[in-house]
Amino acid sequence: MEQNTLLKMVGITKTFPGVKALDGVNFEVKRGTVHALMGENGAGKSTLMKCLFGMYAKDGGQIYLEGNEINFKNSKEALDNGVAMVHQELNQALKRNVMDNIWLGRYPTIAGITVNEKKMYQDTMAIFKELDIDVDPYKIMSTMPVSQRQMVEIAKAVSYNSKVIVFDEPTSSLTEEEVEHLFKIINMLRDRGVGIIYISHKMAEIKRISDYITVMRDGKWVATERAEDLEMQDIIRLMVGRELTNQFPPKTNTPGEVYLKVEGITGMYNQLKEVSFEAKRGEIVGLAGLDASGRTETLESIFGIRTRKEGKIFLDGKQCLNRNAQESIKNGFALLTEERRATGIFGVLDIKANTVISSLKRHKRFGIFLSEKSQREDTQYYIDAMRTKTPSQETKIRTLSGGNQQKVIIGRWLLTEPEVLLLDEPTRGIDVGAKYEIYQLILDLANKGKTVLMVSSEMPELLGVCDRIVVMSGGRVAGEVDARNTTQEEIMTLAAKYV
Amino acid sequence: MTNPVKNMQRAIADYKQMNAKDQKRYLTDMVLNNALYILMAIFVIYTAIKQPNFLTLGSFANLITQVAAYLPLALGIAGCIVLTGTDLSAGRVVGLTAAIAGVFMQKADFANKMFQNLPEITLGWILATMLIVVLIGAMIGLVNGFFVAKFSLHPFIVTLSTQLITYGIILWFFALNGNNGQPISGLSREYKDFVGGAMFRLGGVAVPRYVLYAIILTVVMWFIWNKTTFGKNMFAVGSNAEAAKVSGVNVFMTTVLVHTLAGAMYGYAGFIEGVRAGSVAASTGLNAECDAIAACVIGGVSFVGGTGKISGIILGVFVLRIIFVALTMLGVDSSSLYIIKGAIILCACALDMRKYLVKK
Repeated sequence: MEQNTLLKMVGITKTFPGVKALDGVNFEVKRGTVHALMGENGAGKSTLMKCLFGMYAKDGGQIYLEGNEINFKNSKEALDNGVAMVHQELNQALKRNVMDNIWLGRYPTIAGITVNEKKMYQDTMAIFKELDIDVDPYKIMSTMPVSQRQMVEIAKAVSYNSKVIVFDEPTSSLTEEEVEHLFKIINMLRDRGVGIIYISHKMAEIKRISDYITVMRDGKWVATERAEDLEMQDIIRLMVGRELTNQFPPKTNTPGEVYLKVEGITGMYNQLKEVSFEAKRGEIVGLAGLDASGRTETLESIFGIRTRKEGKIFLDGKQCLNRNAQESIKNGFALLTEERRATGIFGVLDIKANTVISSLKRHKRFGIFLSEKSQREDTQYYIDAMRTKTPSQETKIRTLSGGNQQKVIIGRWLLTEPEVLLLDEPTRGIDVGAKYEIYQLILDLANKGKTVLMVSSEMPELLGVCDRIVVMSGGRVAGEVDARNTTQEEIMTLAAKYV
Repeated sequence: MTNPVKNMQRAIADYKQMNAKDQKRYLTDMVLNNALYILMAIFVIYTAIKQPNFLTLGSFANLITQVAAYLPLALGIAGCIVLTGTDLSAGRVVGLTAAIAGVFMQKADFANKMFQNLPEITLGWILATMLIVVLIGAMIGLVNGFFVAKFSLHPFIVTLSTQLITYGIILWFFALNGNNGQPISGLSREYKDFVGGAMFRLGGVAVPRYVLYAIILTVVMWFIWNKTTFGKNMFAVGSNAEAAKVSGVNVFMTTVLVHTLAGAMYGYAGFIEGVRAGSVAASTGLNAECDAIAACVIGGVSFVGGTGKISGIILGVFVLRIIFVALTMLGVDSSSLYIIKGAIILCACALDMRKYLVKK
């Protein structure tokens, strides 16, 4: 084995009843490199990592760490041996403070009885200084934004002197600025000889940060190449196994008259300050900005699930009060929330219940009875229209992939026959193929004369799909740009206006 | 789509494709997921061999009579469990409503009649009494629901409080008019007839009218759960209250209504309780919620929230009652009965939870 090989996985196989999730996968990480692991959802990236961390027992193959065969039984054991993971969905004790989370399970003690708070603080500060992280170790996790919580997770991995660190979709909830900071840390770790496995869907950042790229498809290894030898199109071709010529569907919608008017929304319990803008029929308006710039709050205030101190909303010149979700739905609004799992899906309920919940009125007969037949018809219509992949209508939604869950929720909203769609990060955590379908869907809606407001942290997505982009900064509207003749630089400058 | 024969064929085809290790796991899973029913079957067969009387029509009549008595409470409490809550006040509400129904229904010539100037016992007055106690139950449920929904309090805390308050009212009620805590007895024949009169006989054992009432209530509850907006909303709120709110469900109203409906069911249970027991004491209904919650959990109404079926609740009540009847027939003493009941609830919950744990 080569001297600088840190982690080597050979012929990893894993079978679930009916599916071969991993089929003889080989994967090798060298010391001091960033190795991107790519593939569509369901390609087997997560399964491979779960085999590494012992969350799944592999059926075949071997794993070597620095030449010694290893077989971790759980992630704690992996951590103790220098293999760490920074999860996409952070598993943290939210009610506890930063350093409690870092030293959880191995608190430094005085005489083995009391926890040595002072040492814990000093050690935490030492790591933070090393990584250039500016977080108060006494801060409670739940009061911090996702980006900072992620930094804590990285610090934790470093505190274990990890040799291999896996980053699972680390940038999905970060702004560009925070991504820069993350990359600085990753580069620092690389220079110290850490082997980094980087899982992400975002091509641009993969190209930037990685030294090697491994692509998986349908549970099989497809290719491993040096990052500079692969163009974006090559990666996409390897991932989907076919040419995907365009990332975005052609823009076909033509905005009409002004339809939605938002005037001076100021939040009661949030940072929004005099947010005003307009949107036309058949127009896709993007909301850009940094984390905590108030984009989500704006959508939620319009929808009435956040309290407004001041501000008015007009549809077609008529004022809408939108005091709560029911009223907003009645007025023709629909909100696709950012946190699909927390506020979108009903996990234990089936596809049908998830589809019809917002439009039960449509199925009412004799003022009380809900027709089973019409519920089935509506559900089937949107399964077909969205090309949702599901075994049946009775399938529990939590067993579907993120992209398919998103399609079900979009179907739920379309059934309420909305005129204004508020979409908060509609493609988060969705693979390339499904993203394209979602973009197409958004354009189709605009073509039908619907007004779409769309929040996204992915700049290319906003530029590729929207007609106009409203840039927010520090809870205020910093400016508006025409999506066709603007640049990422212009948007970033506006986004930093009130920070 | 849900053709059982086709499903079975598909399951068998899938099974044949698996390797030996997966086949073993599949079978273990199947046994564990249905362990309760398998154990029940073994238990019933064992009892039937030991006590041939167990498998007679008369014993069956006795069983459905008991089920009919315990079912309404379980149907009510199940809604609270679907909302990931619970209701500890159920038993005391039964106690209070039973006492009120009892004094309204005392014989006119009864020596210890608590209130003298009550209307004559007619069908109208019986129905009015039923309505009154159902409304009283619903009122207490409304209070529960209001505090749960308005102040985001855990139903455990709210219903623990109303349980204590209701018990206080019961004690106070039993001390009215110099009654001094005496049980309420001397129930009129008309009332007894209305609730417990024999509809027909099975194997020589009378089947009371409240069996019919329980069937009607079950049908109504099934309809509410499966065919109304309120029912769908209840499951949505139980599954993910945040998402329900965003989806336009009135979470406040749904929560209040679920508890109110539950309270109404306790009120009805109180209405029949006096006749079943012959008289009403201050301790009537004590711990009744425990049996009801246990039945729901055994029947798959999970504390995880958002899941549960009316058929499951019926099954759960049946399981508990069969065990009770069978163990009594086998001559098991009442102390052991409690231990066995506790063990069954523990097993049922553990097996139920197994289905929701994400396998890693």
